[in-house]
Amino acid sequence: MFDVKDLYQEVIVDHNRSPRNFGKLDPAGRTLEGFNPLCGDRLTLYLNLDDDRISDISFDGSGCAISIASASLMTEGIKGKSVQEAGTIFTDFHELLTDSSRVIDLAAMGKLAVLAGVREYPSRVKCATLCWHTLRALLAGDDAPVSTE
Amino acid sequence: MTVAVQPVDAPEFPVHSYRADFPVLARKVRDKPLVYLDNAATAQKPRRVLETLDEYYRGYNSNIHRGVHTLSELATEAYEAARKKIQTFINAASHQEIIFVRGTTEGINLVAQSYGRSRLGAGDEIIVSEMEHHSNIVPWQLLCEQTGALLKVIPINDAGELDMDEYKNLLGDNTRIVAVGHVSNALGTINPVAEITALAHAAGAVTVIDGAQAAPHTRLDMAALDCDFYAFSGHKLFGPTGIGVLYGKQALLDAMPPYHGGGDMIKMVTFEKTLYNDLPYKFEAGTPYIAGVIGLGAAVDYVNEVDMDRIRDYEHDLLQYATLAAADVQGLRPIGTAAQKAGILSFVMDGIHPHDLGTILDHEGIAIRTGHHCAMPVMERYGIPATARASFAFYNTREEVDKLVAGIDKANNIFK
Repeated sequence: MFDVKDLYQEVIVDHNRSPRNFGKLDPAGRTLEGFNPLCGDRLTLYLNLDDDRISDISFDGSGCAISIASASLMTEGIKGKSVQEAGTIFTDFHELLTDSSRVIDLAAMGKLAVLAGVREYPSRVKCATLCWHTLRALLAGDDAPVSTE
Repeated sequence: MTVAVQPVDAPEFPVHSYRADFPVLARKVRDKPLVYLDNAATAQKPRRVLETLDEYYRGYNSNIHRGVHTLSELATEAYEAARKKIQTFINAASHQEIIFVRGTTEGINLVAQSYGRSRLGAGDEIIVSEMEHHSNIVPWQLLCEQTGALLKVIPINDAGELDMDEYKNLLGDNTRIVAVGHVSNALGTINPVAEITALAHAAGAVTVIDGAQAAPHTRLDMAALDCDFYAFSGHKLFGPTGIGVLYGKQALLDAMPPYHGGGDMIKMVTFEKTLYNDLPYKFEAGTPYIAGVIGLGAAVDYVNEVDMDRIRDYEHDLLQYATLAAADVQGLRPIGTAAQKAGILSFVMDGIHPHDLGTILDHEGIAIRTGHHCAMPVMERYGIPATARASFAFYNTREEVDKLVAGIDKANNIFK
């Protein structure tokens, strides 16, 4: 049976306690806020692009362990990637959490795969995807804050 | 080998025999016995209520107040009998003071739009408190927008109690309505609503009491409270969702314009002039939730048999037990420590977000609520985004409190 420790793995607990790339980028080429009005999770992404490449990214904000760890892992996972590569990772990650019919190569997802357990908790999927939706809007050049609702 | 041990009931309050009346309490969640501690969101239903709904739909489903046939007469009789049960249950002077609405929210909106909109104007004042549920804030904000009235807020202290001195300062010549909760859904505080009402009356204002969290925990007595309006929901009182009660003093209700227009709320309709029906029907336009009303009557019968005073005493003891147990949990900070509390243990944990705690407890079969509890100003007052809230009913036990504590310890272990 699925154990709650499969959800709160050491990596998630660690990234929640000591989030990577946490804090403001100064200067930041682009900034965008995302929030989940249902649970009050709130984060801001800071991003610098070098042509088509994500040269630097950081975030700050507050939320549950899933949302903080997910944002931390996301910034690690896409730093240095092209916008298109980041888009592909987004799609894979989103389907990992929402489309149980899809077989996903967890090894190829790297550390992000530790969040796979979230799919067992439909009410928590938005916690894990808030940072990704915010990133997508930020890359698309949106300036209106992102809301999960 | 383990032998199943039947829990033994204390003679003064046979909680396990009451639990057996609630079918859902026997189920498992994630392979563990359900520990339902989300009663402030909605309470479970005793078999008596489920059977009453079933009997109505199977045996005499019919519309009320308009048929001469047998089924309609049976349905009308059961519907009006439920009204009388509720009149007695809350000690109202007349059955005409019992208006059926969808829930507490609709009851408050009815008062705001019917009483408030016809009587308030620019410069008039409405007083609410800092601990109100959104449903006792937003209807008054809407009324303020419509009439130019002003909203004033009674602050709370760190324990989560109303600042009564500040309330007295806020009361004045322009105060028209004082709207406060009887019991706070986010903090559990029991507010002194009789005293609040007496002070409001002395200032020439009426009181609207949000009783959603009080009705399942304490005996309601409209004559003793002397409040002008009181609203509560059936589903928190072990009845169906979608049905609630608005109590109003007859003289006030009589003078108020209808809230909704339609069938059943009229005596005669012509295109020139429509004559409204008498109370309570003036406020019950359209076919009501007949099964819900009859089901709520069954819920009232049920809690009357258990006895509201015994429920209050048992829950008081259980909350005290839970509060003491929580005090020993590492990193737990209670939110809401009023001297007078009912049914609710709200708290935050050091280094554990309430939503993570909620998920971990769910794995133990324990249902609690996490979030802002539709009381965002309360969260702001304490500088927190959310709390975890365990809320009790008379069918909860000390063993369930122990499981809650063990579950929180498990979360502490995961996040250590």
